[in-house]
Amino acid sequence: MARNPVTWLGSPTFPKAAHKALADTQLRQNLRKATGTIRGRRAAAVAEMTDWEQLRVAGEQIKNDVLARLDTLLVQLEESVTARGGVVHWARDAEEANRIVLDLCREEQATEVVKVKSMATAEIGLNEALEAGGVHAVETDLAELIVQLGDDRPSHILVPAIHRNRSEIREIFQRRMGVEVSDEPADLAEAARVHLREKFLTTKVAISGANFAVADTGSIVVLESEGNGRMCLTLPDTLITVMGIEKLVPSWQDLEVFLQLLPRSSTAERMNPYTSVWTGVTPGDGPQRFHLVLIDNGRTATLRDSVGRQALRCIRCSACLNVCPVYERTGGQSYGSVYPGPIGAILTPQLVGDMRDPQAASLPYASSLCGACFEVCPVRIDIPSVLTHLRAEAVEAKGRTAESVAMAAAAWMFKEASRYEKAQRAGALARFLARDGRITSLPWPGSRWTSSRDAPAPPSESFRAWWRRNRG
Amino acid sequence: MRVALFATCLTDTFFPETARAVVRLLERLGCSVEFPLDQTCCGQMHFNTGYREHARPLARKYTDVFAGYDHVVAPSGSCAGMVREIHPTLGESPPRTFELAEFLVDVLGVTDVGAWFPHRVTYHPTCHSLRMLGVGDKPLALLRAVKALDLVELPDSTHCCGFGGTFAVKNAETSTAMLADKMTCVLSTGAEVVSAGDNSCLMHIGGGLSRLRTGVRPVHLAEILASTEEDPWLATR
Amino acid sequence: MASAREEILQRIRDARVPAAEPVVRGYRDTGPGGVELFAERVADYRAVVHVVTDVPEALDRLRGKRIVVPPDVPAEWLVDGVEWLHEPLTIEELDRSDGVLTGCAVAIADTGTIVLDGGVAQGRRALTLLPDHHLCVVRADQIAASVPEALHRLEPTRPLTFISGPSATSDIELNRVEGVHGPRTLEVLVIT
Repeated sequence: MARNPVTWLGSPTFPKAAHKALADTQLRQNLRKATGTIRGRRAAAVAEMTDWEQLRVAGEQIKNDVLARLDTLLVQLEESVTARGGVVHWARDAEEANRIVLDLCREEQATEVVKVKSMATAEIGLNEALEAGGVHAVETDLAELIVQLGDDRPSHILVPAIHRNRSEIREIFQRRMGVEVSDEPADLAEAARVHLREKFLTTKVAISGANFAVADTGSIVVLESEGNGRMCLTLPDTLITVMGIEKLVPSWQDLEVFLQLLPRSSTAERMNPYTSVWTGVTPGDGPQRFHLVLIDNGRTATLRDSVGRQALRCIRCSACLNVCPVYERTGGQSYGSVYPGPIGAILTPQLVGDMRDPQAASLPYASSLCGACFEVCPVRIDIPSVLTHLRAEAVEAKGRTAESVAMAAAAWMFKEASRYEKAQRAGALARFLARDGRITSLPWPGSRWTSSRDAPAPPSESFRAWWRRNRG
Repeated sequence: MRVALFATCLTDTFFPETARAVVRLLERLGCSVEFPLDQTCCGQMHFNTGYREHARPLARKYTDVFAGYDHVVAPSGSCAGMVREIHPTLGESPPRTFELAEFLVDVLGVTDVGAWFPHRVTYHPTCHSLRMLGVGDKPLALLRAVKALDLVELPDSTHCCGFGGTFAVKNAETSTAMLADKMTCVLSTGAEVVSAGDNSCLMHIGGGLSRLRTGVRPVHLAEILASTEEDPWLATR
Repeated sequence: MASAREEILQRIRDARVPAAEPVVRGYRDTGPGGVELFAERVADYRAVVHVVTDVPEALDRLRGKRIVVPPDVPAEWLVDGVEWLHEPLTIEELDRSDGVLTGCAVAIADTGTIVLDGGVAQGRRALTLLPDHHLCVVRADQIAASVPEALHRLEPTRPLTFISGPSATSDIELNRVEGVHGPRTLEVLVIT
């Protein structure tokens, strides 16, 4: 089977990638500022809702229902889309999806297409596949455009260029658009408007993702801010939408939950500027040819895992990234995947589907298990639980290692209080390494602790020894 | 009230003064404290690192050791969280286990435990106390009632200190970056003592503060609450 | 070899996901609503809001401008002194206009949103997209209190556009700035 492009070929394991990112002063500053801003704004947007917890529970339950009835709902979606003049395609993996989209572009004789920001197409590496097939994809979302023009990689689900500040964006725009522009956000937005206007008005094929698809009506929903989405979804003759099979909701009413959860969780707004809903083809309004490409690409394998499948509830809001202390310091590219942060740490390895891959297996460890992600997740994905679950899979895949031997020895020791006490007494000798009650240097692997922290010297008497002496 | 103390392996081995403080405090509040000597470890390190199968017998052992107690108290939010939230997923029905602050406030119904601690203190609410157990501001309520204690609010208090068990060594550099920010916040308060309900996080924060020779001391909440005018906490270590 | 469709559906069935618990809709389905809240929330997006009793009077500001209108706009909105642009219009003509005047299908007080569905006085979607200035007339009775109430009033199979303020982006340092590809000015006339 072909390699899943959800991770970038040749990416180092998380600790190695983080080593580099942590030393990038500009990156650290940009992330600190951006995540700090959005954290505060999100908290305020959520605090306004007295029924936030009820919405989260409903969001979780609706998505669980989708996963439980996925086959029936997908068939229903296919029927409703087809009935309204759309064409539905199915793709087992990235390669198949890319081929379908490329063939559709060729049918339309398109050499250039406009794109609305879409995680699904980023996940399957669509742009690269189209380029190889002679079709140039123009990213129209501002942040995607910054990434594309900067020959860069995305680092955030919602704002792929979050690692860039205004002056870096200005530099990229001046270099690639050949225009003079200030570093004022409004001027940068204006530059993007001018740069893309002609493309919107003339390009005949657009490619989008989908935030939601309503099974019983066949309606597709895209939330956005800039209007680039509306441009792509309205002006071209042909629209190709690429969507993960889990992006369904059963009925129109269910959207009332997600249209409240998603904007507040992602951009911290009561509502995002634009939400477009379309159902198949509407004569005289918008694209007259509509294709929906449903992709699996590791999702059905994820669905088999009773603990891990909750990652498929994700609505890609990125709230978990913004509150994650690890993400805030290492940035998204350290995760080596289009899905970074806490959700990426559980989704990416599952989509990759191979814990013998050292990079994928390093991702579930990229967390202190602080639980801030779970707290903000609008569909209540218990990310810490899935992390420990996947760590168990990583351990199993690795087999016998120095760590597994040490862990087995520790477990054996803890099984009997007498062994534990013996170890305690032996370990207490380490206090002779200490000066003034602290140990400043330990041999490996303790050196990984003492490289930045002193270790406590074991006391001369453990608590249980004291208890036995005084109370026993 | 008969209470079993689950000291936790870390506190038993490295921070016995915390466990002694819990005994002193609970006895002062009228509890009869027992320490089943068969106890060892809740299995949290194993479970969180991916060694679930090694954690299973330790969870089993915990249930066996503490069976028959109506209340088990642990001076650790993460170990209490492991028992309460994770042991059931390993097929155990553990006895009711409480983190110290919630035991004092919810079960004993006290916030003023008669403590005296004449120091400037800032408090770090550890992640598992906060998010797994939902201990909320109970520790702060307890600290506010301590005589002579000058409590200073910790900026960004809910941010993780970067310990995370084996995370601190597997991703040592990221952990250190988180620790640096936590220490900055601690130092900004001008506190002489940073307190928490978990010796693991305190070992981390304290290890950093000690490395930098800041002079700020990590002190477990139990030791502050055990301290009285007649029998005060002393910086003995 | 099975088709991709059959194979994916079979993999899903093989995953044997147990039935989910019923959905509990414990959230609010309505809210305080009203013109005042709606106007306040629209204004929060830095859109321009006027609460008026009469449309033609409020359109005085358009004098001398080239304004697009949908085919079925009420005749009394077409005040003198404005160059009204009627369909059929090309994309270029829409792009070169000064603005567009429409009605809406539904509005939402809680979120300050207007929703267009291509119905009466709204036209096709491109009309409200290319002109840089969108004037939208909202009747008080079109304002739903909440998102659930609004969705209930809408027909999902029509092409829908939910608009909450002018075009904006949060892509630069995660702070919101107004004005990218969609209309940079949104003006809402609430008729009481």
